[in-house]
Amino acid sequence: MRFVDEFRDADKAKALSAKIAGLCEPGRQYKFMEVCGGHTHTIYKHGLEDYLPEAVSLVHGPGCPVCVIPMGRIDDAIHIARQPGVLMTSFGDMMRVPGSAGNFFDSNAEGTNIRMVYSPLDSLKIARQNPDQQVVFMAIGFETTAPSTAMTMLRAAQEGIENFSIFCNHITIIPAIKAILDSPDLRLDGFIGPGHVSTVIGCRPYEFIAEEYHKPIVVAGFEPLDILQSIYLLMRQLSEGRSDVENQYSRVVPWEGNLTALRAIGEVMELRPYFEWRGLGFISHSALQVRAKYARFDAELAYDVPGVRVADPKACQCGEVLKGVLKPWECKVFGTACTPETPIGTCMVSPEGACAAYYNFGRFTRTRVREASTT
Amino acid sequence: MCLGIPGEVIEILTDRPDLARVDVSGVKRAINIGLLTEENLRPGDWVLIHVGFALSKIDEDEAKAAMDFLEGIGKAYDDEITALRDSQIV
Ligand code: SF4
Repeated sequence: MRFVDEFRDADKAKALSAKIAGLCEPGRQYKFMEVCGGHTHTIYKHGLEDYLPEAVSLVHGPGCPVCVIPMGRIDDAIHIARQPGVLMTSFGDMMRVPGSAGNFFDSNAEGTNIRMVYSPLDSLKIARQNPDQQVVFMAIGFETTAPSTAMTMLRAAQEGIENFSIFCNHITIIPAIKAILDSPDLRLDGFIGPGHVSTVIGCRPYEFIAEEYHKPIVVAGFEPLDILQSIYLLMRQLSEGRSDVENQYSRVVPWEGNLTALRAIGEVMELRPYFEWRGLGFISHSALQVRAKYARFDAELAYDVPGVRVADPKACQCGEVLKGVLKPWECKVFGTACTPETPIGTCMVSPEGACAAYYNFGRFTRTRVREASTT
Repeated sequence: MCLGIPGEVIEILTDRPDLARVDVSGVKRAINIGLLTEENLRPGDWVLIHVGFALSKIDEDEAKAAMDFLEGIGKAYDDEITALRDSQIV
């Protein structure tokens, strides 16, 4: 084993690595999915796969909201931004995500006004300052960012701000995990559960994974040792024939989640019947829309978005990467036509996307894998 | 956007108890603490911040660990701090 990037507690990591190896049953292969893009990042940065025995492999999941947004929604956002008097606001991460005719920067070059903001509250402030413009916030993210959008909408309602709305693209993690469990492509032995999403939803929503699918899941922190510790906990469950929800990140994640945040989301948003995810297709009840009671904040209603489904570029294999079926470097355009500067697919755009994380940190291992596959 | 960044509470704004001034790597900005009302935050407490909202209270060790993770991320964290610097939450 070779260690790509030695970190502070490399000795502890090696000890955990030995404990994991000790739990492997001879001849059995283990495959775990880390759902969250933040975890993918830590795994590549520290070369954690090199700390694992050959029998244990990690696959990267769909937990990067920028990566799973389908092209059609980018086109819809640009459609809204093109309407007269609209000033759109967006997180910086979204600016480079390609739509079928370019990204937000390209759109601005053609005359739209899409501004980067740090927080939906900044967007609300822009609305207050520009009463003659319609300010539309491009709302995106899992349950980590949905409460912020919800709280901002509640604030706008309280202040009676009339020129503010959101284009809601919030998604929920549980149906995506379920879709992966139901997918015939991939056989998984367990999950490394997302850390920050869980601060909001808590650990209870994962119980179906343990109870109905009999797979262990461990909610994990973001340090290298957290992840190795979580893999150890997964292996221990398997060796004891258990499937439970465990919380390795209890120092941050409360078992019940953040009830105030959940209430705020529930007040202003409800589940959509279905939503398209890049690579995963349509998943029922997997995203949020604005409740009728708050319809005046719903840009999707106000601007009659085309809602056209756009197929991904032919060369793009993000779907396979997001489902964990392909490793990033197995995509034909990885690192050649598709790089963080010239992304073809979404997984190369966000730093949490598997391809970008791999591109930035994974070269050693990639070479190693290439060597292994040619000998 | 997905990054939770640790900040230290400097003061709770007296006229707006849902807002606090925090210090994130030396950048001092207002953030919303309305999702943590039950925590009764005080100056000196640490929180994890997502897009302008404190989502969880953490201890100083965890803040340090989170910071190590973020500094390792490099550009994405720089972008987040730059965005925060431009932020003017009221
Ligand atoms: S290399 Fe580019 S196109 Fe291929 S899967 Fe990754 S992001 Fe998608």
